[in-house]
Amino acid sequence: MEKRAIFSSKTLPYLLLLPQLAITFIFFYWPASQAIWQSFLLEDAFGLSSEFVGFENYRTLFEQPEYYRAMVTTAVFSTAVAILSLSCALLLASQADKQLRFGQGYKTLLIWPYAVAPAIAGVLWIFMFHPTLGMVSRPIKTMGIDWNPMLNANHAMILLVFAATWKQISYNFLFFLAGLQAIPKSVIEAAAIDGAGPLRRFWTIVFPLLSPTTFFLIVVTVVYVFFETFGTIDAVTGGGPAGQTTTLVYKVYSDGRLGGDLGSSAAQSVILMLIVIGLTAIQFRYVERKVQY
Amino acid sequence: MVENRPYAKFLAYLVLTIGVIIVAFPVYLAVIASTNDSATISNGNMSLLPGDQAGVNYYRTLFQGTARTSGEAVGSMMVNSFIMAMGIAFGKILISILSAFAVVYFNFPFRKTAFWIIFITLMLPVEVRIYPTYKIVADLGMLDTYTGLILPLIASATGTLLFRQFFMTVPDELLEASKIDGAGAFRFFKDTLIPLSITTIAALFVIQFIYGWNQYLWPLLITTKSSMQTVVIGIKKMLTTQDVLTEWQIAMTTAVLAMLPPVLVVIFMQRLFVKGLVETEK
Amino acid sequence: MAGVTLDTVRKIYAGNVEAVKGVSLDIEDGSFCVLVGPSGCGKSTLLRMIAGLETISGGTVKIGDRIVNQIEPADRDIAMVFQNYALYPHMSVYDNMAYGLRNRGTPKDEIEKRVKEAARILAIESFLARKPRQLSGGQRQRVAMGRAIVRKPQVFLFDEPLSNLDAKLRVQMRVEIKRLQKALGVTSIYVTHDQVEAMTLSDKLVVMSGGQIEQVGSPADVYRRPETRFVATFIGSPPMNILPGTVEGPGRVSVGGQSIAVTDMREGLSAGTPVEVGLRPEDVQAGSAGVSALTMDVDFVEELGATQLFHGKVAGAEFVVQASTGQIPADTRRLTLAIDPANVHLFDPQTTKRLGRV
Ligand SMILES: Nc1ncnc2c1ncn2[C@@H]1O[C@H](COP(=O)(O)OP(=O)(O)OP(=O)(O)O)[C@@H](O)[C@H]1O
Ligand SMILES: [Mg+2]
Repeated sequence: MEKRAIFSSKTLPYLLLLPQLAITFIFFYWPASQAIWQSFLLEDAFGLSSEFVGFENYRTLFEQPEYYRAMVTTAVFSTAVAILSLSCALLLASQADKQLRFGQGYKTLLIWPYAVAPAIAGVLWIFMFHPTLGMVSRPIKTMGIDWNPMLNANHAMILLVFAATWKQISYNFLFFLAGLQAIPKSVIEAAAIDGAGPLRRFWTIVFPLLSPTTFFLIVVTVVYVFFETFGTIDAVTGGGPAGQTTTLVYKVYSDGRLGGDLGSSAAQSVILMLIVIGLTAIQFRYVERKVQY
Repeated sequence: MVENRPYAKFLAYLVLTIGVIIVAFPVYLAVIASTNDSATISNGNMSLLPGDQAGVNYYRTLFQGTARTSGEAVGSMMVNSFIMAMGIAFGKILISILSAFAVVYFNFPFRKTAFWIIFITLMLPVEVRIYPTYKIVADLGMLDTYTGLILPLIASATGTLLFRQFFMTVPDELLEASKIDGAGAFRFFKDTLIPLSITTIAALFVIQFIYGWNQYLWPLLITTKSSMQTVVIGIKKMLTTQDVLTEWQIAMTTAVLAMLPPVLVVIFMQRLFVKGLVETEK
Repeated sequence: MAGVTLDTVRKIYAGNVEAVKGVSLDIEDGSFCVLVGPSGCGKSTLLRMIAGLETISGGTVKIGDRIVNQIEPADRDIAMVFQNYALYPHMSVYDNMAYGLRNRGTPKDEIEKRVKEAARILAIESFLARKPRQLSGGQRQRVAMGRAIVRKPQVFLFDEPLSNLDAKLRVQMRVEIKRLQKALGVTSIYVTHDQVEAMTLSDKLVVMSGGQIEQVGSPADVYRRPETRFVATFIGSPPMNILPGTVEGPGRVSVGGQSIAVTDMREGLSAGTPVEVGLRPEDVQAGSAGVSALTMDVDFVEELGATQLFHGKVAGAEFVVQASTGQIPADTRRLTLAIDPANVHLFDPQTTKRLGRV
């Protein structure tokens, strides 16, 4: 798609592009290529010299049980958040789609958590579920469960899932609601005339028609859990206990921290890049993002 | 549809009300905690009604800070967050509207290449290039500066794609009429394109302000001086969860303060927020 | 004021599409020139080259004595009215009209004077503070005209300015444009594919087809003496009937075995030469047998109120006759058509050119 009417200037377009391209090269392409390059280098213990070691960093990475654990953690975390946040959001959106008196008010009251920083969301939830002073921990403990997300990895993961889901519901809700409102009323009326009850209509008509939205939201939620929950994890568990809530992104950070194992951290970055490229490709391939060229 | 099922509406209200309560509860607790004193909270005796310490807590938090944040007051952290959020929002809008203008309204040899160079940045979030980016910022001497906080985050394809998409919908005849009216590229941009883009700009601003305010990993890495901390980082430093000495009332007061600006933006600019969210994802 | 002169102007779009194939045309100062032709014939392209919105691939465009090929649209001293009006949606009506003047540094009071004057002429004074979206289609159209007028240009360019209006408004605005142009005396070039607009507005009518000029002339000339078969069938509604025929001798042709006399016929055509015989539906006299006559088998009748259209066949070809209502009984199955020799047009079947006297 192109414009018929354009300006003819030899230099102006380059000047206009300059700021964005300069920043893109300095802060995106250069570091990304550095990450790729470093992933093939091994630094000595003092970081004074480094030698080219080929895929050595990748090999050691895949020999680390911790790396597999981070993969599993990431997979469990994203699956749980995706299922939980999408189903809650769909339930709320399908109710909010009805002609309600305070529809707009409900919408406002449901979307604002989007604006809460992931780290702050973590803080709010750890406060509720804190083993000693948490308001929600008390009833759990009286039920005889030794609730302690600081020491118990499962508890820690549950807490992370709650905090991450809580924040993501608003986004998914908004898009589900838009998706529901885009379904022509006549289709649903036709189903009603065909004798389908509300629940049946939902599962046989509405839900299938929503599937592009659902798919899109699954991808977005997975991306969110991969990258943005870094703040939540850092605030709630710091990757612990004993590294058991360390996700792939968190591991890149903690492995490279304080000039740690930069080669391994770089190799992990490269793998993450490949994952993002994959996710973006899926999104574009199947979600019909309209980008010409 | 003339479907009369009173219970369906009742169910809807019930589900939505429960949803709203669950969504609001964590924040409600934070607000309550910000009105209690330290002892009440750490004994686990906090009730669901506000305490009487609000004045003390908010005053101390905003203007004095705690030992954990090296005595840095949350008020000045919020100023840092605000500068960073505004810088990112304005910076992104500025560079992306300029680049979109170039890509849409000019024809030059590297147009498609330029577009793709920008487009691919979608696939390179900070998280996948943390340390090399850190190193560059350090080499440029931008650690602990606002420039260092802002600049690396303002380039991204989102804004350029959004403006490009909008510009494509502006009729060609408007530019032709402007040309006949004697407007060059700069005048057309200033007099016609910008005024027409104003809601798109505002929508992008709302989204990017929230994005900037909520940044975590990047400021965590590049700020070492406590005077450069943002509020989202500050709160993390206030609680080391193993530590019994965490001053929860201050931490929760900070949480409330940290949420306030972006949440207010969403509530009061809801229309723009929704537009921005939907359009940046298209 | 200035006239416009085109000399073998050509336009080749990317991909080797030749949209305009060497057009030469002289438009006198102060005249109203209409470019008409079917969709895609290149009339907008030609107009946009005159405006400077499209680069010129070959030939020269002159406005007054100045060759403007390399001159920016803003400096060509022209004004243009677009089909979709292209009003600036965020500016008030006043600002829409004032914008061009401000850009060229016209003093403020002068701008105000001109805008007020144009608004008065167009009767849009009460809308000056409104935004375009608060106006009806006809009002927007007037604002677009106003934007052109305030500039006091040498030439007005119109690209189908009325085609977004409903039928009634279109007629009204058409009359207004004509009146305005006469009053201002500004050279105008007007593109349309509506032949009624073309006929009524033009001093000089230019019929185009396939990127070329088919005929230039006054509307009456073009109607009375179409130079090609294309023009003959394009101008006039319903279109001219074309029948196959052969030359019988000087001033006579034979159509389906019936002989008719022709006034305007090329000399020296040998007997037996195939020709195409053109007859306008409104030029044949139905019912009365005359010197030259054809017979027509009627298929059906269309009622247009004041007139009726009889559709049928003459010599195996489709034929339409227009007659005043009531002149012929509607249930007539067979008509005898009287042909006035002065109303017969002959065309060469090969070149499609008119075979008239030279
Ligand atoms: N930018 C372009 N690139 C390539 N070909 C073009 C371009 N613009 C127009 N054309 C072609 O040039 C020819 C003439 O187009 P033009 O717009 O002048 O037609 P027109 O006579 O104004 O038709 P209409 O009555 O439909 O407006 C058409 O065949 C069209 O497809
Ligand atoms: Mg046209």
